[in-house]
Amino acid sequence: MTIQAPEGMELIYSRPESLAEMHTHYCPGCTHGIAHRLLGEALDELGMRERTILVAPVGCSVFAYNYFDTDACEAAHGRAPAMATGVKRTRPDNIVVTYQGDGDLAAIGTAEIIHAAARGEQITTIFINNAIYGMTGGQMAPTTLPGQKTRSSPDGRDVEIAGFPIRMSEVLATLPGAAYIVRRSMHDVKNIRKAKKAIITALKVQEAGLGFSMVELLSSCPTNWGIQPNEALQWIEEHMVPYYPLEDYKVIEAVKNL
Amino acid sequence: MARGTIIIDQDRCKGCGLCPEVCPKQIIVMEETLLNAKGYHPAVLADPDGECTGCAICAVICPDICITVFREIPDKKRAPAPA
Repeated sequence: MTIQAPEGMELIYSRPESLAEMHTHYCPGCTHGIAHRLLGEALDELGMRERTILVAPVGCSVFAYNYFDTDACEAAHGRAPAMATGVKRTRPDNIVVTYQGDGDLAAIGTAEIIHAAARGEQITTIFINNAIYGMTGGQMAPTTLPGQKTRSSPDGRDVEIAGFPIRMSEVLATLPGAAYIVRRSMHDVKNIRKAKKAIITALKVQEAGLGFSMVELLSSCPTNWGIQPNEALQWIEEHMVPYYPLEDYKVIEAVKNL
Repeated sequence: MARGTIIIDQDRCKGCGLCPEVCPKQIIVMEETLLNAKGYHPAVLADPDGECTGCAICAVICPDICITVFREIPDKKRAPAPA
């Protein structure tokens, strides 16, 4: 849909071409929408839309294939990196992106993501970490913070029973096949802009064939955290960022020359 | 005249209220009476004094990508008037 510019004005910003016109089903204030837009803008800017294949996950973003105007396929729960491996190996000229949440990537799909990174698959993963299972109604996830209340940990996560949350970026950065592993956040405008830069770099890493690339994005879940969207963004900054530092965990030398 | 303006897709907006929070001029407000097709009170631009600069910060935070941003064409970019 094109919107006519008012008299004497020029267009500064509009929906990226890589996103479909369809309205998303996400809750108000959910940062999935921001992550979709960042990936869409990155694909637009790099001119990759026509040759991108998105691998959608299971979780809130299960309908991601409806929201991107790229080719896409849907993987079984947690198996997006395995499916992406097959797609990329048979179609090496395409850009293959998996978009996964924390329940998908850090719980049921832990084996797939670790082995995809260990093999150095030439794929890019966008990892949405909101410290909770969103779609199923707000249960404790592997990334839920110590003491955080969820539907299945009403007194807060007890680390004696449930252990400590997994920092996936740090885990994957230890693997030699990984070329670019960073964590960014979407809690304010400055960090959203940094997140977009990271996604662009990750896609360039894949284009250059340097190895596995992943951008972890700290996200909000206002509905299941039970707070307003703006409070949820503050909650990311106050509670998630201290446990999940926003750093570059692995940037191999070749990435710096891109 | 305002140096910029935004157009908010009222049907796409879910009324999350993030854009009024970040607007440096505080000129985006949440509609209080009208509902959109989804049943939310959408955000609207209330800019009677033409304060909008087209900075696009609202568009960066919007999770539903409802905001289109325009900015005044600078004089140096305008085509010279025919002689």
